[in-house]
Amino acid sequence: MTNLPGMEYIIEITYLIATALFILSLKWLSSPTTARRGVFAGELGMLLAIVGTLLHQGIVEYKWIFIALVLGTIIGVPLGEVAMTAVPQRTALSHAFGALCVTLVGTAEFYLRTPDVPRFMMGVLSLEVILGSLTFTGSLMAAGKLQELLPQRPITYKGQNIVNLGLLGVAIVVAGMLVAHPERTQLFPLIVGIPLLFGVMMIVPIGGADMPTVISLLNSYAGLSAAAMGFVLDSKLLIIAGALDGASGLILSVNMSKAMNRSFSNVLFGAFGQEQPAVAGRQEARPVRSATPEEAAAILAAANKVVIVPGYGMAVAQAQHKVRELYDALTKRGVDVKFGIHPVAGRMPGHMNVLLAEADIPYDKLLDMDEINGDFPQTDVALVIGANDVTNPAARTDPNSPIYGMPILDVDKARTVMVIKRSMGAGFAGIENPLYYLEKTLMLFGDAKSYVGSIVRELGGGHE
Amino acid sequence: MKMDLLTSLYVFMLAAFIGFEVIRRVSPLLHTPLMSLTNALDAIAVVGAILLAGERHAHGATLAKILGTIAIVAATSNIVGGFLITDRMLKMFKASGPKKP
Repeated sequence: MTNLPGMEYIIEITYLIATALFILSLKWLSSPTTARRGVFAGELGMLLAIVGTLLHQGIVEYKWIFIALVLGTIIGVPLGEVAMTAVPQRTALSHAFGALCVTLVGTAEFYLRTPDVPRFMMGVLSLEVILGSLTFTGSLMAAGKLQELLPQRPITYKGQNIVNLGLLGVAIVVAGMLVAHPERTQLFPLIVGIPLLFGVMMIVPIGGADMPTVISLLNSYAGLSAAAMGFVLDSKLLIIAGALDGASGLILSVNMSKAMNRSFSNVLFGAFGQEQPAVAGRQEARPVRSATPEEAAAILAAANKVVIVPGYGMAVAQAQHKVRELYDALTKRGVDVKFGIHPVAGRMPGHMNVLLAEADIPYDKLLDMDEINGDFPQTDVALVIGANDVTNPAARTDPNSPIYGMPILDVDKARTVMVIKRSMGAGFAGIENPLYYLEKTLMLFGDAKSYVGSIVRELGGGHE
Repeated sequence: MKMDLLTSLYVFMLAAFIGFEVIRRVSPLLHTPLMSLTNALDAIAVVGAILLAGERHAHGATLAKILGTIAIVAATSNIVGGFLITDRMLKMFKASGPKKP
Protein backbone atom coordinates (compact mmCIF):
# COMPACT_ATOMS: atom_id res chain seq x y z
CA MET A 1 0.00 0.00 0.00
CA THR A 2 2.70 2.48 0.94
CA ASN A 3 6.32 3.04 0.12
CA LEU A 4 7.98 2.51 3.46
CA PRO A 5 7.98 -1.24 4.01
CA GLY A 6 9.79 -1.02 7.36
CA MET A 7 7.00 0.95 8.97
CA GLU A 8 4.40 -1.35 7.50
CA TYR A 9 6.03 -4.30 9.25
CA ILE A 10 6.14 -2.50 12.56
CA ILE A 11 2.46 -1.69 12.29
CA GLU A 12 1.60 -5.26 11.38
CA ILE A 13 3.63 -6.52 14.35
CA THR A 14 1.69 -4.27 16.73
CA TYR A 15 -1.50 -5.79 15.31
CA LEU A 16 -0.12 -9.27 15.81
CA ILE A 17 0.76 -8.58 19.45
CA ALA A 18 -2.62 -6.92 19.97
CA THR A 19 -4.35 -10.04 18.66
CA ALA A 20 -2.42 -12.27 21.05
CA LEU A 21 -3.27 -9.94 23.93
CA PHE A 22 -6.97 -10.00 23.03
CA ILE A 23 -7.04 -13.79 23.14
CA LEU A 24 -5.14 -13.82 26.44
CA SER A 25 -7.53 -11.22 27.74
CA LEU A 26 -10.50 -13.53 27.24
CA LYS A 27 -8.57 -16.53 28.49
CA TRP A 28 -7.74 -14.76 31.75
CA LEU A 29 -11.34 -13.75 32.16
CA SER A 30 -12.25 -17.40 32.79
CA SER A 31 -11.52 -17.10 36.49
CA PRO A 32 -12.20 -14.24 38.93
CA THR A 33 -8.63 -14.48 40.23
CA THR A 34 -7.03 -13.66 36.87
CA ALA A 35 -9.84 -11.64 35.32
CA ARG A 36 -8.46 -8.19 36.05
CA ARG A 37 -5.21 -9.15 34.39
CA GLY A 38 -7.39 -9.94 31.38
CA VAL A 39 -8.73 -6.41 31.30
CA PHE A 40 -5.19 -5.07 31.43
CA ALA A 41 -4.12 -7.29 28.55
CA GLY A 42 -7.07 -6.04 26.54
CA GLU A 43 -6.24 -2.42 27.27
CA LEU A 44 -2.61 -2.91 26.31
CA GLY A 45 -3.57 -4.64 23.07
CA MET A 46 -5.99 -1.86 22.24
CA LEU A 47 -3.41 0.83 22.93
CA LEU A 48 -0.81 -0.92 20.76
CA ALA A 49 -3.23 -1.33 17.90
CA ILE A 50 -4.34 2.31 18.00
CA VAL A 51 -0.77 3.64 18.20
CA GLY A 52 0.22 1.30 15.38
CA THR A 53 -2.62 2.57 13.25
CA LEU A 54 -1.74 6.19 13.89
CA LEU A 55 1.75 5.45 12.51
CA HIS A 56 0.26 4.59 9.12
CA GLN A 57 1.94 6.50 6.31
CA GLY A 58 -1.35 6.86 4.52
CA ILE A 59 -2.82 9.13 7.17
CA VAL A 60 -2.56 12.73 5.99
CA GLU A 61 -4.69 14.51 8.54
CA TYR A 62 -4.74 13.94 12.28
CA LYS A 63 -6.86 16.81 13.48
CA TRP A 64 -10.24 15.14 13.26
CA ILE A 65 -8.88 11.83 14.47
CA PHE A 66 -7.69 13.39 17.71
CA ILE A 67 -10.83 15.45 18.17
CA ALA A 68 -12.85 12.26 17.75
CA LEU A 69 -10.65 10.26 20.13
CA VAL A 70 -11.01 12.94 22.79
CA LEU A 71 -14.75 13.25 22.25
CA GLY A 72 -15.16 9.48 22.43
CA THR A 73 -13.26 9.42 25.71
CA ILE A 74 -15.45 12.19 27.11
CA ILE A 75 -18.55 10.15 26.25
CA GLY A 76 -16.98 6.86 27.30
CA VAL A 77 -15.97 7.78 30.85
CA PRO A 78 -19.50 8.39 32.17
CA LEU A 79 -20.64 5.25 30.35
CA GLY A 80 -18.00 3.36 32.29
CA GLU A 81 -19.20 4.81 35.56
CA VAL A 82 -22.90 4.06 35.48
CA ALA A 83 -24.52 2.38 38.47
CA MET A 84 -24.39 -1.41 38.47
CA THR A 85 -28.17 -1.58 38.20
CA ALA A 86 -27.90 0.27 34.87
CA VAL A 87 -25.41 -2.19 33.39
CA PRO A 88 -27.93 -3.96 31.10
CA GLN A 89 -28.97 -0.75 29.33
CA ARG A 90 -25.37 0.44 29.19
CA THR A 91 -24.40 -2.81 27.53
CA ALA A 92 -27.21 -2.49 24.99
CA LEU A 93 -26.12 1.09 24.28
CA SER A 94 -22.53 0.03 23.71
CA HIS A 95 -23.69 -2.61 21.23
CA ALA A 96 -25.46 0.22 19.43
CA PHE A 97 -22.27 2.34 19.35
CA GLY A 98 -20.19 -0.55 18.08
CA ALA A 99 -22.71 -1.26 15.35
CA LEU A 100 -22.89 2.43 14.46
CA CYS A 101 -19.14 2.56 13.94
CA VAL A 102 -19.21 -0.51 11.71
CA THR A 103 -22.17 0.73 9.66
CA LEU A 104 -20.66 4.17 9.07
CA VAL A 105 -17.32 2.75 7.99
CA GLY A 106 -19.05 0.25 5.71
CA THR A 107 -21.17 2.97 4.12
CA ALA A 108 -18.16 5.20 3.48
CA GLU A 109 -16.16 2.28 2.07
CA PHE A 110 -18.95 1.54 -0.39
CA TYR A 111 -19.07 5.07 -1.75
CA LEU A 112 -15.28 5.30 -1.89
CA ARG A 113 -14.96 2.13 -3.92
CA THR A 114 -18.21 2.17 -5.74
CA PRO A 115 -17.79 1.70 -9.46
CA ASP A 116 -15.75 -1.48 -9.20
CA VAL A 117 -16.38 -3.51 -6.08
CA PRO A 118 -15.48 -7.19 -6.45
CA ARG A 119 -18.37 -9.60 -5.88
CA PHE A 120 -17.12 -11.19 -2.69
CA MET A 121 -16.25 -7.77 -1.31
CA MET A 122 -19.73 -6.47 -2.06
CA GLY A 123 -21.18 -9.52 -0.34
CA VAL A 124 -19.29 -9.03 2.94
CA LEU A 125 -19.83 -5.29 2.73
CA SER A 126 -23.59 -5.90 2.50
CA LEU A 127 -23.39 -8.30 5.44
CA GLU A 128 -21.45 -5.72 7.45
CA VAL A 129 -23.93 -2.95 6.74
CA ILE A 130 -27.08 -5.06 7.20
CA LEU A 131 -25.94 -6.58 10.50
CA GLY A 132 -24.55 -3.25 11.64
CA SER A 133 -27.68 -1.23 11.02
CA LEU A 134 -30.13 -3.72 12.47
CA THR A 135 -27.93 -4.10 15.54
CA PHE A 136 -27.76 -0.31 15.88
CA THR A 137 -31.50 0.33 16.04
CA GLY A 138 -32.22 -2.99 17.76
CA SER A 139 -29.78 -2.18 20.55
CA LEU A 140 -31.07 1.37 20.90
CA MET A 141 -34.58 -0.04 21.29
CA ALA A 142 -33.38 -2.60 23.83
CA ALA A 143 -31.57 0.11 25.79
CA GLY A 144 -34.71 2.28 25.67
CA LYS A 145 -36.84 -0.53 27.02
CA LEU A 146 -34.36 -1.37 29.77
CA GLN A 147 -34.06 2.28 30.77
CA GLU A 148 -37.89 2.38 30.74
CA LEU A 149 -37.90 5.19 28.20
CA LEU A 150 -40.01 2.89 26.03
CA PRO A 151 -42.90 0.70 27.14
CA GLN A 152 -41.47 -2.55 28.44
CA ARG A 153 -44.57 -4.53 27.60
CA PRO A 154 -44.08 -6.59 24.46
CA ILE A 155 -46.17 -5.26 21.59
CA THR A 156 -47.38 -8.03 19.31
CA TYR A 157 -49.73 -8.08 16.36
CA LYS A 158 -50.89 -10.64 13.85
CA GLY A 159 -48.38 -11.56 11.18
CA GLN A 160 -45.56 -9.85 13.03
CA ASN A 161 -43.00 -12.50 12.20
CA ILE A 162 -44.00 -12.47 8.54
CA VAL A 163 -43.63 -8.69 8.34
CA ASN A 164 -40.26 -8.83 10.08
CA LEU A 165 -38.83 -11.70 8.09
CA GLY A 166 -40.24 -10.09 4.94
CA LEU A 167 -38.33 -6.89 5.69
CA LEU A 168 -35.14 -8.81 6.24
CA GLY A 169 -35.80 -10.81 3.08
CA VAL A 170 -36.15 -7.63 1.02
CA ALA A 171 -32.87 -6.31 2.41
CA ILE A 172 -31.12 -9.56 1.47
CA VAL A 173 -32.58 -9.50 -2.05
CA VAL A 174 -31.40 -5.91 -2.53
CA ALA A 175 -27.97 -6.93 -1.26
CA GLY A 176 -27.99 -9.73 -3.83
CA MET A 177 -28.79 -7.22 -6.59
CA LEU A 178 -25.92 -5.05 -5.42
CA VAL A 179 -23.54 -7.99 -5.52
CA ALA A 180 -24.59 -8.59 -9.11
CA HIS A 181 -24.48 -4.89 -10.04
CA PRO A 182 -22.29 -2.96 -7.58
CA GLU A 183 -22.54 0.12 -9.79
CA ARG A 184 -26.22 0.59 -8.93
CA THR A 185 -25.41 2.90 -6.05
CA GLN A 186 -29.01 4.03 -5.68
CA LEU A 187 -29.76 0.61 -4.13
CA PHE A 188 -27.25 1.04 -1.33
CA PRO A 189 -29.38 3.24 0.97
CA LEU A 190 -31.92 0.42 1.02
CA ILE A 191 -29.54 -2.06 2.66
CA VAL A 192 -28.96 0.49 5.39
CA GLY A 193 -32.51 1.79 5.74
CA ILE A 194 -34.44 -1.47 5.71
CA PRO A 195 -32.30 -3.15 8.39
CA LEU A 196 -32.58 0.02 10.49
CA LEU A 197 -36.35 -0.43 10.38
CA PHE A 198 -36.03 -4.17 10.95
CA GLY A 199 -33.97 -3.56 14.08
CA VAL A 200 -36.81 -1.53 15.57
CA MET A 201 -39.48 -4.05 14.57
CA MET A 202 -37.41 -6.92 15.93
CA ILE A 203 -37.39 -5.49 19.45
CA VAL A 204 -41.01 -4.28 19.53
CA PRO A 205 -42.34 -7.71 20.61
CA ILE A 206 -39.62 -8.24 23.21
CA GLY A 207 -40.53 -8.24 26.89
CA GLY A 208 -38.20 -7.79 29.83
CA ALA A 209 -37.73 -11.49 30.54
CA ASP A 210 -36.45 -12.07 27.00
CA MET A 211 -33.81 -9.36 27.36
CA PRO A 212 -30.92 -11.66 28.38
CA THR A 213 -31.31 -13.61 25.16
CA VAL A 214 -31.80 -10.53 23.01
CA ILE A 215 -28.79 -8.69 24.42
CA SER A 216 -26.63 -11.76 23.83
CA LEU A 217 -27.88 -12.07 20.29
CA LEU A 218 -27.24 -8.39 19.54
CA ASN A 219 -23.77 -8.86 21.01
CA SER A 220 -23.18 -11.65 18.55
CA TYR A 221 -24.47 -9.60 15.60
CA ALA A 222 -22.23 -6.69 16.57
CA GLY A 223 -19.25 -9.04 16.58
CA LEU A 224 -20.11 -10.59 13.24
CA SER A 225 -20.59 -7.22 11.59
CA ALA A 226 -17.15 -6.16 12.87
CA ALA A 227 -15.66 -9.36 11.47
CA ALA A 228 -17.28 -8.60 8.11
CA MET A 229 -15.73 -5.16 8.29
CA GLY A 230 -12.38 -6.89 8.81
CA PHE A 231 -12.89 -8.73 5.51
CA VAL A 232 -13.71 -5.50 3.73
CA LEU A 233 -10.65 -3.70 5.09
CA ASP A 234 -8.47 -6.83 4.92
CA SER A 235 -7.64 -6.45 8.62
CA LYS A 236 -6.88 -9.75 10.34
CA LEU A 237 -6.97 -8.05 13.72
CA LEU A 238 -10.53 -6.90 13.17
CA ILE A 239 -11.60 -10.27 11.79
CA ILE A 240 -10.27 -11.98 14.90
CA ALA A 241 -11.74 -9.48 17.38
CA GLY A 242 -15.08 -9.69 15.59
CA ALA A 243 -15.00 -13.48 15.54
CA LEU A 244 -14.22 -13.59 19.28
CA ASP A 245 -17.07 -11.20 20.07
CA GLY A 246 -19.42 -13.05 17.74
CA ALA A 247 -18.52 -16.38 19.34
CA SER A 248 -19.02 -14.97 22.81
CA GLY A 249 -22.43 -13.56 21.95
CA LEU A 250 -23.42 -16.81 20.30
CA ILE A 251 -22.41 -18.91 23.31
CA LEU A 252 -24.36 -16.63 25.63
CA SER A 253 -27.39 -16.67 23.33
CA VAL A 254 -27.37 -20.46 23.24
CA ASN A 255 -27.02 -20.59 27.04
CA MET A 256 -29.89 -18.17 27.49
CA SER A 257 -32.17 -19.88 25.03
CA LYS A 258 -31.49 -23.23 26.72
CA ALA A 259 -32.24 -21.68 30.09
CA MET A 260 -35.56 -20.42 28.74
CA ASN A 261 -36.30 -23.67 26.98
CA ARG A 262 -36.43 -22.06 23.56
CA SER A 263 -34.91 -23.72 20.56
CA PHE A 264 -31.98 -21.83 19.15
CA SER A 265 -33.59 -21.35 15.74
CA ASN A 266 -36.56 -19.88 17.56
CA VAL A 267 -34.19 -17.33 19.06
CA LEU A 268 -32.26 -16.66 15.86
CA PHE A 269 -35.33 -15.84 13.84
CA GLY A 270 -36.65 -13.37 16.28
CA ALA A 271 -39.67 -15.31 17.48
CA PHE A 272 -39.19 -13.86 20.92
CA GLY A 273 -42.05 -12.91 23.12
CA GLN A 274 -44.33 -15.28 21.30
CA GLU A 275 -47.86 -15.01 22.60
CA GLN A 276 -48.34 -17.24 25.60
CA PRO A 277 -51.45 -19.36 25.83
CA ALA A 278 -53.88 -17.64 28.14
CA VAL A 279 -53.64 -19.51 31.39
CA ALA A 280 -54.44 -16.50 33.49
CA GLY A 281 -58.11 -17.47 33.33
CA ARG A 282 -58.01 -20.07 36.06
CA GLN A 283 -57.16 -17.76 38.92
CA GLU A 284 -58.96 -19.66 41.66
CA ALA A 285 -58.48 -18.35 45.13
CA ARG A 286 -56.42 -21.11 46.65
CA PRO A 287 -55.20 -20.67 50.20
CA VAL A 288 -51.62 -19.62 50.77
CA ARG A 289 -49.73 -19.41 54.01
CA SER A 290 -48.13 -16.10 54.79
CA ALA A 291 -45.77 -15.09 57.55
CA THR A 292 -44.53 -11.99 59.34
CA PRO A 293 -40.89 -10.87 59.33
CA GLU A 294 -40.56 -12.09 62.94
CA GLU A 295 -41.67 -15.58 62.00
CA ALA A 296 -39.46 -15.60 58.93
CA ALA A 297 -36.46 -14.46 60.99
CA ALA A 298 -37.06 -17.18 63.57
CA ILE A 299 -37.20 -19.89 60.91
CA LEU A 300 -34.06 -18.57 59.19
CA ALA A 301 -32.16 -18.34 62.49
CA ALA A 302 -33.02 -21.95 63.29
CA ALA A 303 -31.82 -23.23 59.92
CA ASN A 304 -28.46 -24.81 59.17
CA LYS A 305 -28.46 -24.30 55.45
CA VAL A 306 -30.16 -21.48 53.56
CA VAL A 307 -30.21 -20.88 49.81
CA ILE A 308 -31.24 -17.44 48.60
CA VAL A 309 -32.66 -17.25 45.08
CA PRO A 310 -32.60 -13.71 43.71
CA GLY A 311 -34.44 -12.50 40.62
CA TYR A 312 -35.12 -9.32 38.75
CA GLY A 313 -37.42 -8.21 41.58
CA MET A 314 -34.37 -7.89 43.82
CA ALA A 315 -32.73 -5.60 41.27
CA VAL A 316 -35.88 -3.48 40.89
CA ALA A 317 -36.22 -3.07 44.65
CA GLN A 318 -32.44 -2.36 44.93
CA ALA A 319 -32.47 -4.91 47.72
CA GLN A 320 -28.97 -6.32 47.19
CA HIS A 321 -27.39 -4.41 50.06
CA LYS A 322 -30.12 -5.47 52.48
CA VAL A 323 -29.61 -9.02 51.24
CA ARG A 324 -25.96 -8.65 52.12
CA GLU A 325 -26.92 -7.61 55.66
CA LEU A 326 -29.13 -10.68 55.88
CA TYR A 327 -26.23 -12.80 54.65
CA ASP A 328 -23.98 -11.31 57.34
CA ALA A 329 -26.54 -11.72 60.12
CA LEU A 330 -27.16 -15.37 59.25
CA THR A 331 -23.49 -16.20 58.68
CA LYS A 332 -22.66 -14.76 62.07
CA ARG A 333 -25.13 -17.20 63.61
CA GLY A 334 -23.35 -20.05 61.88
CA VAL A 335 -25.96 -20.56 59.19
CA ASP A 336 -24.53 -21.73 55.85
CA VAL A 337 -25.87 -19.26 53.27
CA LYS A 338 -25.50 -19.71 49.53
CA PHE A 339 -27.07 -18.09 46.51
CA GLY A 340 -28.67 -19.98 43.65
CA ILE A 341 -28.53 -18.06 40.38
CA HIS A 342 -30.60 -18.96 37.36
CA PRO A 343 -28.93 -18.12 34.01
CA VAL A 344 -31.79 -15.86 32.94
CA ALA A 345 -32.38 -14.19 36.31
CA GLY A 346 -32.29 -10.46 35.69
CA ARG A 347 -31.99 -8.61 32.43
CA MET A 348 -28.68 -9.83 31.05
CA PRO A 349 -26.38 -12.82 31.49
CA GLY A 350 -24.65 -12.66 34.87
CA HIS A 351 -26.74 -9.67 36.04
CA MET A 352 -27.45 -11.07 39.53
CA ASN A 353 -23.81 -11.98 40.13
CA VAL A 354 -22.69 -8.43 39.46
CA LEU A 355 -25.32 -6.93 41.77
CA LEU A 356 -24.49 -9.34 44.59
CA ALA A 357 -20.76 -8.86 44.11
CA GLU A 358 -21.35 -5.11 44.30
CA ALA A 359 -22.99 -5.72 47.66
CA ASP A 360 -19.76 -7.47 48.75
CA ILE A 361 -21.07 -10.99 48.81
CA PRO A 362 -18.13 -13.34 48.16
CA TYR A 363 -18.35 -14.87 44.70
CA ASP A 364 -17.75 -18.41 45.92
CA LYS A 365 -21.20 -18.21 47.54
CA LEU A 366 -22.83 -17.45 44.19
CA LEU A 367 -23.69 -20.75 42.58
CA ASP A 368 -24.95 -21.53 39.14
CA MET A 369 -28.21 -23.44 38.68
CA ASP A 370 -26.45 -26.72 37.91
CA GLU A 371 -24.18 -26.39 40.93
CA ILE A 372 -26.89 -25.55 43.43
CA ASN A 373 -29.76 -27.78 42.35
CA GLY A 374 -28.28 -30.87 44.01
CA ASP A 375 -28.19 -28.97 47.32
CA PHE A 376 -31.88 -28.15 47.66
CA PRO A 377 -32.97 -31.49 49.23
CA GLN A 378 -30.52 -30.82 52.08
CA THR A 379 -31.51 -27.18 52.36
CA ASP A 380 -33.57 -26.03 55.33
CA VAL A 381 -34.84 -22.80 53.85
CA ALA A 382 -34.95 -21.61 50.24
CA LEU A 383 -35.58 -17.87 50.26
CA VAL A 384 -36.84 -16.57 46.93
CA ILE A 385 -36.43 -12.82 46.47
CA GLY A 386 -38.09 -11.31 43.43
CA ALA A 387 -37.83 -14.41 41.25
CA ASN A 388 -40.86 -16.23 39.92
CA ASP A 389 -40.87 -18.29 36.76
CA VAL A 390 -37.36 -19.67 37.30
CA THR A 391 -38.65 -21.39 40.45
CA ASN A 392 -41.92 -22.67 39.01
CA PRO A 393 -42.12 -26.45 39.57
CA ALA A 394 -44.77 -26.65 36.83
CA ALA A 395 -41.82 -26.51 34.42
CA ARG A 396 -40.94 -29.99 35.68
CA THR A 397 -44.33 -31.51 36.31
CA ASP A 398 -47.06 -29.96 34.16
CA PRO A 399 -46.81 -30.72 30.42
CA ASN A 400 -49.57 -28.17 29.78
CA SER A 401 -47.60 -25.32 31.29
CA PRO A 402 -46.13 -22.87 28.77
CA ILE A 403 -42.80 -23.15 30.52
CA TYR A 404 -42.82 -26.95 30.66
CA GLY A 405 -39.29 -28.25 30.14
CA MET A 406 -37.55 -25.03 31.15
CA PRO A 407 -34.73 -25.80 33.58
CA ILE A 408 -35.57 -24.33 36.97
CA LEU A 409 -34.08 -23.96 40.42
CA ASP A 410 -35.60 -26.79 42.46
CA VAL A 411 -36.50 -24.64 45.45
CA ASP A 412 -39.57 -26.79 46.10
CA LYS A 413 -37.24 -29.57 47.23
CA ALA A 414 -36.05 -27.54 50.21
CA ARG A 415 -37.68 -28.24 53.57
CA THR A 416 -39.20 -24.77 53.80
CA VAL A 417 -39.67 -22.27 50.99
CA MET A 418 -40.09 -18.57 51.65
CA VAL A 419 -41.06 -16.23 48.86
CA ILE A 420 -40.79 -12.46 49.15
CA LYS A 421 -43.26 -11.00 46.70
CA ARG A 422 -45.31 -7.85 46.39
CA SER A 423 -48.62 -9.61 45.81
CA MET A 424 -50.05 -12.79 44.40
CA GLY A 425 -49.82 -11.43 40.82
CA ALA A 426 -48.45 -13.87 38.26
CA GLY A 427 -45.01 -13.62 36.65
CA PHE A 428 -44.12 -12.03 33.33
CA ALA A 429 -45.84 -14.67 31.29
CA GLY A 430 -48.96 -14.70 33.42
CA ILE A 431 -48.16 -18.23 34.47
CA GLU A 432 -49.40 -19.40 37.83
CA ASN A 433 -46.74 -20.72 40.15
CA PRO A 434 -47.88 -23.82 42.10
CA LEU A 435 -44.90 -23.28 44.39
CA TYR A 436 -46.86 -20.64 46.27
CA TYR A 437 -49.60 -23.08 47.26
CA LEU A 438 -47.37 -25.78 48.68
CA GLU A 439 -47.77 -26.81 52.30
CA LYS A 440 -44.11 -25.91 52.96
CA THR A 441 -44.25 -22.48 51.34
CA LEU A 442 -44.54 -19.27 53.31
CA MET A 443 -45.41 -16.12 51.39
CA LEU A 444 -43.77 -12.97 52.66
CA PHE A 445 -45.76 -10.14 51.13
CA GLY A 446 -44.01 -6.81 50.76
CA ASP A 447 -41.28 -4.84 49.09
CA ALA A 448 -38.12 -6.92 48.86
CA LYS A 449 -35.86 -4.25 50.30
CA SER A 450 -37.96 -3.30 53.31
CA TYR A 451 -38.99 -6.90 54.00
CA VAL A 452 -35.41 -8.15 54.06
CA GLY A 453 -34.61 -5.11 56.19
CA SER A 454 -37.24 -6.12 58.75
CA ILE A 455 -35.93 -9.69 58.88
CA VAL A 456 -32.41 -8.33 59.47
CA ARG A 457 -33.69 -6.14 62.30
CA GLU A 458 -35.37 -9.15 63.88
CA LEU A 459 -32.17 -11.17 63.63
CA GLY A 460 -30.02 -8.35 64.92
CA GLY A 461 -32.47 -7.67 67.76
CA GLY A 462 -32.07 -11.19 69.10
CA HIS A 463 -29.13 -12.32 71.18
CA GLU A 464 -25.87 -12.79 69.37
CA MET B 1 -5.04 -9.91 -3.43
CA LYS B 2 -7.50 -12.70 -4.27
CA MET B 3 -5.65 -15.15 -2.05
CA ASP B 4 -6.00 -12.67 0.78
CA LEU B 5 -9.71 -13.35 0.95
CA LEU B 6 -9.11 -17.04 1.39
CA THR B 7 -6.51 -16.37 4.06
CA SER B 8 -9.00 -14.10 5.78
CA LEU B 9 -11.58 -16.88 5.77
CA TYR B 10 -9.07 -19.23 7.41
CA VAL B 11 -8.28 -16.58 10.00
CA PHE B 12 -11.96 -16.07 10.73
CA MET B 13 -12.61 -19.78 11.09
CA LEU B 14 -9.65 -20.34 13.42
CA ALA B 15 -10.54 -17.31 15.51
CA ALA B 16 -14.12 -18.52 15.82
CA PHE B 17 -12.94 -21.92 17.09
CA ILE B 18 -10.55 -20.30 19.56
CA GLY B 19 -13.33 -17.99 20.66
CA PHE B 20 -15.70 -20.87 21.35
CA GLU B 21 -13.08 -22.83 23.29
CA VAL B 22 -11.85 -19.91 25.36
CA ILE B 23 -15.21 -18.37 26.11
CA ARG B 24 -16.86 -21.68 26.94
CA ARG B 25 -14.57 -21.77 29.96
CA VAL B 26 -15.68 -18.41 31.32
CA SER B 27 -17.74 -19.04 34.45
CA PRO B 28 -21.39 -17.87 34.33
CA LEU B 29 -20.41 -15.80 37.33
CA LEU B 30 -18.56 -13.44 34.98
CA HIS B 31 -20.91 -13.36 32.02
CA THR B 32 -21.73 -9.68 32.45
CA PRO B 33 -18.06 -8.59 32.53
CA LEU B 34 -17.45 -10.98 29.62
CA MET B 35 -19.99 -9.10 27.56
CA SER B 36 -18.61 -5.68 28.41
CA LEU B 37 -15.04 -6.84 27.78
CA THR B 38 -15.76 -8.40 24.38
CA ASN B 39 -17.63 -5.23 23.58
CA ALA B 40 -14.58 -3.13 24.32
CA LEU B 41 -12.33 -5.46 22.30
CA ASP B 42 -14.79 -5.36 19.42
CA ALA B 43 -14.33 -1.59 19.31
CA ILE B 44 -10.98 -2.33 17.67
CA ALA B 45 -13.06 -1.33 14.64
CA VAL B 46 -11.73 2.10 15.59
CA VAL B 47 -8.64 1.12 13.58
CA GLY B 48 -10.69 1.08 10.39
CA ALA B 49 -12.41 4.31 11.32
CA ILE B 50 -9.08 6.06 11.93
CA LEU B 51 -7.78 5.07 8.52
CA LEU B 52 -11.05 6.14 6.93
CA ALA B 53 -10.98 9.56 8.54
CA GLY B 54 -7.27 10.19 8.05
CA GLU B 55 -6.32 8.80 4.67
CA ARG B 56 -6.36 10.74 1.42
CA HIS B 57 -9.23 9.75 -0.84
CA ALA B 58 -9.55 10.54 -4.54
CA HIS B 59 -13.28 11.18 -4.30
CA GLY B 60 -15.81 11.18 -1.50
CA ALA B 61 -13.24 12.59 0.90
CA THR B 62 -15.71 14.73 2.83
CA LEU B 63 -18.11 11.84 3.32
CA ALA B 64 -15.24 9.61 4.46
CA LYS B 65 -14.03 12.26 6.90
CA ILE B 66 -17.46 12.89 8.43
CA LEU B 67 -18.50 9.25 8.75
CA GLY B 68 -15.01 8.23 9.88
CA THR B 69 -14.93 10.87 12.60
CA ILE B 70 -18.34 9.89 13.98
CA ALA B 71 -17.27 6.25 13.84
CA ILE B 72 -14.13 7.01 15.87
CA VAL B 73 -16.22 8.77 18.51
CA ALA B 74 -18.60 5.81 18.77
CA ALA B 75 -15.84 3.21 18.95
CA THR B 76 -13.67 5.18 21.39
CA SER B 77 -16.56 5.61 23.80
CA ASN B 78 -16.94 1.81 23.75
CA ILE B 79 -13.25 1.26 24.36
CA VAL B 80 -13.05 3.66 27.28
CA GLY B 81 -16.44 2.85 28.77
CA GLY B 82 -16.10 -0.88 28.19
CA PHE B 83 -12.71 -1.31 29.85
CA LEU B 84 -13.64 1.01 32.72
CA ILE B 85 -16.84 -0.77 33.65
CA THR B 86 -15.36 -4.23 33.18
CA ASP B 87 -12.59 -3.41 35.61
CA ARG B 88 -15.04 -1.84 38.06
CA MET B 89 -17.16 -4.97 38.00
CA LEU B 90 -14.24 -7.35 38.37
CA LYS B 91 -12.89 -5.36 41.31
CA MET B 92 -16.11 -6.17 43.16
CA PHE B 93 -15.75 -9.94 42.84
CA LYS B 94 -14.04 -11.04 46.04
CA ALA B 95 -13.62 -14.52 47.44
CA SER B 96 -14.70 -15.11 51.02
CA GLY B 97 -11.29 -14.62 52.57
CA PRO B 98 -10.15 -16.06 55.89
CA LYS B 99 -11.41 -12.96 57.67
CA LYS B 100 -13.66 -10.31 56.24
CA PRO B 101 -13.38 -6.71 57.48
